[in-house]
Amino acid sequence: MMDKYAYPDYLVDTEWVAEHLKDPAVRIVESDEDALLYEQGHIPGAVKVDWFTSLQHPIRRDFLSVKDLEQLFSNLGIGNDTTVVLYGDKSNWFATYAFWLFRYHGHEKLKIMNGGRAKWEMEGRLLTKDVPGYPKTNYQAKESDPDIRAFREDVFAQIEQGKPLVDVRSPKEYSGELLHMPGYPQEGATRGGHIPGAMNIPWAQATNEADSTFKSPQALRELYEGRGITPEKDIIAYCRIGERSSHTWFVLTYLLGYPKVRNYDGSWTEWGNLVNAPIEK
Amino acid sequence: MADSTTGLPPRLQEIVEDFQWSEGREKLELLLQYAEELPDIPAWMQNQSFEQVEECMTPVFVLSEMTDGKIYFHFHVPKSSPTVRGYAALMKKGLDGLTPEEILRVPGDFYLQMGLDQVLTYQRLNGIAAILAHMKLLALQEVTA
Repeated sequence: MMDKYAYPDYLVDTEWVAEHLKDPAVRIVESDEDALLYEQGHIPGAVKVDWFTSLQHPIRRDFLSVKDLEQLFSNLGIGNDTTVVLYGDKSNWFATYAFWLFRYHGHEKLKIMNGGRAKWEMEGRLLTKDVPGYPKTNYQAKESDPDIRAFREDVFAQIEQGKPLVDVRSPKEYSGELLHMPGYPQEGATRGGHIPGAMNIPWAQATNEADSTFKSPQALRELYEGRGITPEKDIIAYCRIGERSSHTWFVLTYLLGYPKVRNYDGSWTEWGNLVNAPIEK
Repeated sequence: MADSTTGLPPRLQEIVEDFQWSEGREKLELLLQYAEELPDIPAWMQNQSFEQVEECMTPVFVLSEMTDGKIYFHFHVPKSSPTVRGYAALMKKGLDGLTPEEILRVPGDFYLQMGLDQVLTYQRLNGIAAILAHMKLLALQEVTA
């Protein structure tokens, strides 16, 4: 059997992007953890989404509404038929977050640029500070897709049914030694530990450190199947606020072809603060 | 708001006001300017051992030196983390050349007045607090040395 990703169309390399910079059917979108990277220089023609100022609900803890997504996409010149190619810093950590969210709100034509910003820069490709403008579209969002998002009730049901949970945080967050990711002291919870029964498979283990690309299909299969996270299972991934687990969701769904993976975006900042929720340490 | 900024060292006060006056995206552009102006570490310092600010996920290294009773800071932050570089640069510009005692008196939450919470999550703003806390640690070592 050829060593191939399950849905290779959802992944493009930097060369593909370089060849599609001026393709009107394609919109290249940068989504970073660091809020200033796009301003420091981005792929020519790329637009920016910011996970805090563009993708969150302005008041409550939720994502932007379908109406706001329509507005955002229309302003960025993204139409219903536009292929959105996402890339970002830190091994596409927040690019996969935006991917998950756009997919949740019904946009299907999505791709991730393998290796993200780091690889583009390593290859000495052009970056620019020019912010492009595109003709406004009239984007019409489809229904949101409940199948890829888990809420806390779903997690309780998952525990009850003995179905797998993947905790993609660092080992110290998983064990409860740390109440937050190293370096992010306020994104914590009042209790440490993990959801009972969850497997700890840190998200970045799915990437190659050298060039930020995804590991090979074979290596990914070994990583997850070796821990009992197999394709036929109904899986919920979580982290601290749902961004790192979007990365794992992308890997399991598109690179390995698992049909039933949900991201629990409430993650530890909800679970670790929930009164009476079971916790394992 | 004007009252709450009194008591900051003058150059830091000016920086805070610059941020207060700019809106939305302008704040980001201002921060990026700082990031780009962060000087490289002087050559003679390359071999010194820098202390890492442990609270920052981005590797931030800081070193201080004393000249005529005044403290000066040197930072090393990777270019792939412009937000944190920006913080480091504005702290350096705002606080270089003060006495260690003056550093220790800077209120730990001064940065809230810059209004960066409009463009950055509160969580990311903690980077500033962590950097200031570490600068104070270095200042304290000078005071007690």
